[in-house]
Amino acid sequence: MSCERSEAIPLIEIKNLHVHFSVYGGRLKVLDGVDFVMRSGEKVGLVGETGCGKTTTMKAILRVLPMPPARIPQGEIYFKGRDILKMNASDLQQVRGRGISMIFQDPTAALNPVFSVGQQLEAVIHHSTNRESKLSRQEIHQQAIASLQEVALADPERLLRSYPVQLSGGMRQRVCIGMALATGPELLIADEPGTSLDVTIQDQILRLLRKLVEEKNTSVILITHTLGIVRETTDRVYVMYAGNMVEVAATTELFSHPLHPYTRGLMDAVPRLTGGGVSDGIPGRIPNYLNPPPGCRFHPRCPQAMDICRQEKPYFYKLSDNHEVACFLYQGSKEQGSKEQGNLRPVTCDLRPATWRAL
Amino acid sequence: MTTDILTFTDLKKHFVIGHKGILNRETVTVKAVDGVSFAVREGETFGLVGESGSGKSTVAYTTIGMYRPTAGTISFRGRNLFEGNKARPLALKKDIQIVYQDPGSSLNPRRSIKEIIGLPLQIHRRPPTPPNVGGGRRGNRLEQVVQLLEMVELPPDYMHKYPQMLGGGEKQMVAIARALATEPSFVILDEPTSALDVSIQGKIINLLIRLQNEFHLSYLFITHDLSLMRNVASRVAIMYMGKVCEIAETAEFFRNPYHPYTQMLLSSIPVVSEEEEKLKPQKITSTGEIPSPVNVPSGCSFHLRCPSKMDICSEVDPVMVEVEGGHTVRCHLYGDQ
Repeated sequence: MSCERSEAIPLIEIKNLHVHFSVYGGRLKVLDGVDFVMRSGEKVGLVGETGCGKTTTMKAILRVLPMPPARIPQGEIYFKGRDILKMNASDLQQVRGRGISMIFQDPTAALNPVFSVGQQLEAVIHHSTNRESKLSRQEIHQQAIASLQEVALADPERLLRSYPVQLSGGMRQRVCIGMALATGPELLIADEPGTSLDVTIQDQILRLLRKLVEEKNTSVILITHTLGIVRETTDRVYVMYAGNMVEVAATTELFSHPLHPYTRGLMDAVPRLTGGGVSDGIPGRIPNYLNPPPGCRFHPRCPQAMDICRQEKPYFYKLSDNHEVACFLYQGSKEQGSKEQGNLRPVTCDLRPATWRAL
Repeated sequence: MTTDILTFTDLKKHFVIGHKGILNRETVTVKAVDGVSFAVREGETFGLVGESGSGKSTVAYTTIGMYRPTAGTISFRGRNLFEGNKARPLALKKDIQIVYQDPGSSLNPRRSIKEIIGLPLQIHRRPPTPPNVGGGRRGNRLEQVVQLLEMVELPPDYMHKYPQMLGGGEKQMVAIARALATEPSFVILDEPTSALDVSIQGKIINLLIRLQNEFHLSYLFITHDLSLMRNVASRVAIMYMGKVCEIAETAEFFRNPYHPYTQMLLSSIPVVSEEEEKLKPQKITSTGEIPSPVNVPSGCSFHLRCPSKMDICSEVDPVMVEVEGGHTVRCHLYGDQ
């Protein structure tokens, strides 16, 4: 369906994005050369621990990072071939809303408590549509009702008059989803859409999101640290660690053959329904961004760190059409022998997460 | 046969949140816990699962004495925890400790780790261990703090740090050390890892399991993560709107859930592998919101969302029935009521 819409030009392309934050102690080098590509119609997951830069990357796409303290010293972000970072305010306004919209992590914080749901929702519709067609107040109201009905909320008339505090967490999240989809965006960024909710309600929300996205053929970036949700919702996954993309693969491929030691550690740390105890997880914690470790940023926590990891930053190695990993363990495993790797043999024997335990 | 260490008998905790009616004579109450009965056995990890607002934490807080129950009893080793109107004796407080959900707010940011762990030692006047080897009492206190830090696998120099200098996992380890300072026999773990990343969760869980074996602790483990529960608890109770709806051995529970709510809960867990997918019951789509605890529906509190609702469900509140050995469920579908 989406194929005729720009085969060649990706929907979003991020090239070598760096984001720094100036703070009292110096400069936090949060994003360190992020590369990201997605085609139109794709559902992409973005996973990683808290503080890995997932939300920062997405906020950079929408240009809603507070600048200062944030700075973008390097990098390009293309939305359908146009560099977002070089856009003027009115073009940017077109991209936000109609082009890209975002569901923020905490629905309670995303809604303004002093305005009614109706005021906020109608403002969104008004601003995103009034460029082409001047809608009357009545039409905007009708659209607001329609968008609440779309997210399976009963009694939309009453909801539009109520304030966020009067709604439950699940209802607030649905209002946020309704608001994000009301503008008919091409790309929806969902930042942890289920975290603050209960399992059964989270399941409801995700199913709803999947259905709406399917109907409208919207592209989605789903940010989460719950790996199970990624597995059930996305086509392709990016794994992020400390401001770098470390692995990208088709979802089924990633879950059956995680390659990067970080991904394997994450997978292994998830408690399984099959029982058998919990693994210890990944030792250590996210590095200090003021003074991040040289080379691969994961090397202080990596059980398979080698000398080269402490000195050089790994590039993406393409292992197959749908699997790339930024780790020296896989150096030359495709172009076998083309580099002077000598005894650096790639681990290919058993890539089950369980090998982590043995290490 | 293991003995019960903590027994809840028809525990109720209602909160008055307002008044209504002419002259404000009628009270509006939230029935946070409404008739909960179960027993935790000596040395086991008893899992208490439920969605937010189901009353799990109220059960925990009532147990440690933060609230007084509206009705019902909690007894610890056969002794009622709420006898008369007296404050709980220190010796009893020492035996029951708690680790809170968010270590960021349960540790005082103005106190050093040494002070945080030292306070319970001081209050409970724990005798110095090992026996006094020179040095005054002060020296011993420090030694004990170091021992406690080592117990939770933190280096001794951490005692001079302050909570905000530590990561989330390390803070939770300090909270565990503080709970163990009084040498309790029963520890309540109120979502000890839900504020932490999955990469750190495992370390905390394994630490808790090791400490349990080492000191013969009994745990009441509260969580909403069923996959985690599968790996730590020996028995599980599911709570919904202040009531327990199913109790079973963990393995049996995951193999054979009876209550429609439990089945719904299990079928909505997001999992990461095919093998796990096979263990989940058939997908039951949940509909409707969790009702407000102020207006609890009549009859069974789950009937508004229940896929196998019958006429009786909206009228009569079901009672707990045993369907198999040690597996009890509160639902009209089972038992000949």
